[in-house]
Amino acid sequence: MCGIVGLLVKTPALREQLGALMVPMLIGMTERGPDSAGLAVFSQPLDAAKRKLSLYSGFTPEGDRFDWKGLTAALNGAMNVDAQVDVQGNHAVLTLAGDPEGVKSWLRAAFPLVYLLSTGRSIDLYKDIGTPAQVAARYDFANLKGSHLVGHTRMATESAVTPDRAHPFTAGEDFCLVHNGSLSNPYGVRRMLEPQGIHFDTDNDTEAACRFLEWRLREGDELPVALQKGFEELDGFYTFLMGTSTELALIRDPFACKPAIVAETDDYVAIASEFRSLAHLPDIKHAKVFEPAPEEMYVWKA
Amino acid sequence: MESVIFDLEKASVREVNQFLHGAPETLEGRQVTVVSPNGAHNLAVGVDAPVQVLIDGHAGYYAGGMNKHATIIVDGSAGTGVAENMMSGKVHVKGFASNGAGASAHGGLLVIDGDAGLRCGISLKGGDIVVGGSVGSFSAFMAQAGRMVICGDAGDALGDSLYEAVLYVRGSVKSLGADAQYEEMTDADVSAVRDLLKAAGLNHDPMSFRRIASARTLYHWNADANQEY
Repeated sequence: MCGIVGLLVKTPALREQLGALMVPMLIGMTERGPDSAGLAVFSQPLDAAKRKLSLYSGFTPEGDRFDWKGLTAALNGAMNVDAQVDVQGNHAVLTLAGDPEGVKSWLRAAFPLVYLLSTGRSIDLYKDIGTPAQVAARYDFANLKGSHLVGHTRMATESAVTPDRAHPFTAGEDFCLVHNGSLSNPYGVRRMLEPQGIHFDTDNDTEAACRFLEWRLREGDELPVALQKGFEELDGFYTFLMGTSTELALIRDPFACKPAIVAETDDYVAIASEFRSLAHLPDIKHAKVFEPAPEEMYVWKA
Repeated sequence: MESVIFDLEKASVREVNQFLHGAPETLEGRQVTVVSPNGAHNLAVGVDAPVQVLIDGHAGYYAGGMNKHATIIVDGSAGTGVAENMMSGKVHVKGFASNGAGASAHGGLLVIDGDAGLRCGISLKGGDIVVGGSVGSFSAFMAQAGRMVICGDAGDALGDSLYEAVLYVRGSVKSLGADAQYEEMTDADVSAVRDLLKAAGLNHDPMSFRRIASARTLYHWNADANQEY
């Protein structure tokens, strides 16, 4: 069991409140996922030549006292990328100008224990073990701003309870996926992708789905085409919620084994595993509430 | 008799259900209203008294489950397993219902004004279900007794491995399950559909429904079937 939440605000003024609206949604899914939580938030993209990397230092001996400023200074000494850092304990967002692949290679060599959570122009990603309330407080989720976000509360079934196996998973740039369910062919998918040079960070089944769909998008598929290939290739139980810099997308397996419910008003689209997480959103009494059908694609534009 | 109101912004589900599990003679004929249900699970489960319960909003999982004698109205949508294993009484969902609505209900009447999700009426054991909208795939799977009236459409594998439950469908059926077959509507069927529609407060021509029941070919093991069902 796991919990999924998603929120996309249509009214620009609500972007300032995105985090505040979402925290009760995430905490509402605690019973479905008490062991880890995470969230990807999408905001106004950086200039085309810039990137931001979300990084996690929980695997380093220093943990939340990691010397992020030292890492940034070392990076700026090694490469001309004008790196700047925004730190929150064991989490940092590194903003840089230039090739992110070069920076990632440098990071892997110089700071092998610093874990890369996400790359993109629009995405910031946070995830860690702990209850949703603890994780939300750790990273001050209530103050997050942006146009849309994807969140998850985890009750692990397919792999260990560790920060890197928490959701959302990311692949490529500005793409993330959260999953409620379990896949039956993640290793088959993985064996198909690895010869294409696609590297996996964990043994988690969700990572296979995330990397498969991002691979299809990178190969040029439009999102609906990629999702259709997902229906064909990914076997098992799933409700997937995905985020890109401009969209939220939701699909459920043909047996609708895992729940999802959507509430839509003129101001927002909110998605959760259960209505409990939507019950306290503004004007929810007048929202259009519906259950997404199995094997259908739902895409909402930010 | 005065009505009792529980506001789930303040009261717990346990308080509601403990009240509803009181002595049947003290509950008989009373009106209980649950406001701000906020999608809570297990609302009004295991009620065993002729009490009226109004859930004023969206309910979570298993609302009205195991109901006996009570009339339970959900003025909103219902999550998974609404009225599952109902024994008698009535559960009326004014919005849509998620998966497994009325699963294994032994008796009583479940009315869903909107659509029902997948596996509606799975393993039905004698209850009646009337769905104003459409039902998802695998509905009435292994349904043993009771009746289902579907005013809209049905998904895949309707009535798969049916026993003696009878289904009436007004709209299109994406596919029938193994051993389910269309049969002629008899006068008794038309009359049954008319009565169920009336009980559900729905207005359709009973003659516009088709009857689906078991072909009973799966009742006995056929070693020559080569798993081709």
